[in-house]
Amino acid sequence: MISEQLKKSLQQRVETAITPREAAVDVMKELQRHYGWLTDEAVGEAGELLGLSPLQVEELATFYEKIYRRPVTGKLIQVCDSISCWSGCCDGIIEHLKKRLDVELGGSSADGKFTLVPCCCLGRCGDAPVMVIGETFYGNLTPEKVDQILEKER
Amino acid sequence: MEQVLFRHNRPDRSVTFEEYCAEGGFDALKKALTAMTPDEVQQTVIDSGLRGRGGAGFPTGKKWSFVPRNLPGPRWLICNGDEMEPGTYKDRVLLEKNPFSLIEGVTLASYALGVRHAFIFLRRDYETAAANLQAGIDAAKKAGLLGERILGTEFSCDIDLHLSAGRYICGEETALINALEGKRPNPRQKPPFPAVKGLWGGPTVVNNVETLANVPAIIANGAAWFKGLARNPEGAGTKLFCVSGSVVNPVCIELPIGTPLREIIDQACGGLKPGKKFKACIPGGASTQFLSEAHLDVPMDFDPVVKVGSRLGSGAIIVFDEGHCLVEATLNLIKFFARESCGWCTPCREGLQFVKEILERIERGGGEERDLDLLRDHTRFLSYAFCAFAPGAMSPLDGLLANFEDEVREHITRKRCPLKG
Ligand SMILES: Cc1cc2nc3c(=O)[nH]c(=O)nc-3n(C[C@H](O)[C@H](O)[C@H](O)COP(=O)(O)O)c2cc1C
Ligand code: SF4
Ligand code: FES
Repeated sequence: MISEQLKKSLQQRVETAITPREAAVDVMKELQRHYGWLTDEAVGEAGELLGLSPLQVEELATFYEKIYRRPVTGKLIQVCDSISCWSGCCDGIIEHLKKRLDVELGGSSADGKFTLVPCCCLGRCGDAPVMVIGETFYGNLTPEKVDQILEKER
Repeated sequence: MEQVLFRHNRPDRSVTFEEYCAEGGFDALKKALTAMTPDEVQQTVIDSGLRGRGGAGFPTGKKWSFVPRNLPGPRWLICNGDEMEPGTYKDRVLLEKNPFSLIEGVTLASYALGVRHAFIFLRRDYETAAANLQAGIDAAKKAGLLGERILGTEFSCDIDLHLSAGRYICGEETALINALEGKRPNPRQKPPFPAVKGLWGGPTVVNNVETLANVPAIIANGAAWFKGLARNPEGAGTKLFCVSGSVVNPVCIELPIGTPLREIIDQACGGLKPGKKFKACIPGGASTQFLSEAHLDVPMDFDPVVKVGSRLGSGAIIVFDEGHCLVEATLNLIKFFARESCGWCTPCREGLQFVKEILERIERGGGEERDLDLLRDHTRFLSYAFCAFAPGAMSPLDGLLANFEDEVREHITRKRCPLKG
């Protein structure tokens, strides 16, 4: 359930849009911020706000890389696996993260602190290899640096 | 070196509205609104030779001229800041340093095109750039440079910021239009081209961030001045190059368009990392062909780079050294494209998976001679796909086969990756 206050602000966003569904991505992102991921309940709520069926929302939600239709537990770690980061050995960084957190890609650590996903180029290719935890970017990663960052973010 | 886009940059922060204005910012808008007709603005951009910085290099003023002038109903301008092409980060740097050139450029373009309402479409992950832009839009509005009756003239214009939720295909202009409308962002059939029928069915121009950010300086200083900035005779303006990979100093730098590739790598970026030797580079982002050492003297402008078998693309230069396996690099790129394919059409959805499997097989040492033909066939087959994504996805493979076939063959004959023990 979302609060009346959030509902109101989302309704306002929809009203100022040129057509209601123009606000679809904003609404999905706000609901995701509220729930941590886009739950089934959120899909229904988004549909009501936007005048779309749940299926129409689903069709949008599953298209975007950064709308999550599966649970995200704790902080989300996105690690770039595109070409510039590859040239800076992101494969080693990804293996290191998997080992340290004891998860596969897409999984959450046993302590519930982190969820690890690979992602496309983050537009910070000059700082490769790169990852982002929550909203914080970390570049020029080495396994040692990753350990320090995880310690800090934990 | 004359800086146009980076002229107002401060070393470690964004330029403020007051600073931008004090350094001549928004003078071009004042000049256009008081002393130029919309057609004159468009003609100046045509004469300047400005070509689109989003990848295809289409002449900007000419694109504007395709918009029918006397259709009733709204027309639209969309600034494309999706920038999800791997290797590319120039628009982010530009916007983090200075959002105002873009805001002024969007307003000027809107004036030329008769647009009341423009959009800036920005990718997810560019939160700093987005905050900068929103603050800039608010400041401009407060100063009467945006909104109703700008500078007391008849011209009104608003800019809306749209923050995406991440997907590479949203950068393709018709997919972007669907995304803005809140529809699933599969590309649309062309024709009709957006200039005739785009956003909500109205005439729509889509331009890249860097393209539009150039417009104020062109209007302020004139077409001849802009042409004169280039290093090569047929070029026009400067270009943002963003470099990554095996160089000492991977920078985003503004240089005259037509600057030789070698100069960018050796001088601006300090050459290869210590102990590394140059092997190959991608000159314009993930969807351009690999170039070899033999091509390093190419002037970095649209036509010269096409002449050596690649594209200037987004100006994102990715450098590889002798320690990088180019089969594996291509495999990484193909995996990216296979994952990002929007799935709408069969050649792209199925073809990329197939190419990926072949490259994986070759990299593992299980490749056969006939795989080379299969790969070559696919570089052709994928040009029959619905949008430009698939041919772009084939470009690195195309460059691999054209310039580094020996390395692929070595994988096949030695039944292993020669770079792995
Ligand atoms: C798959 C794909 C992705 C694209 N991504 C971008 C992008 O991120 N930014 C951009 O400006 N243009 C991108 N383009 C090119 C746009 O479709 C369009 O040509 C461009 O925005 C036009 O602007 P310009 O004329 O100023 O270059 C992409 C094209 C394709 C086919
Ligand atoms: S070529 Fe690829 S990205 Fe373009 S429409 Fe077809 S499936 Fe979608
Ligand atoms: S390739 Fe990793 S940030 Fe661009």
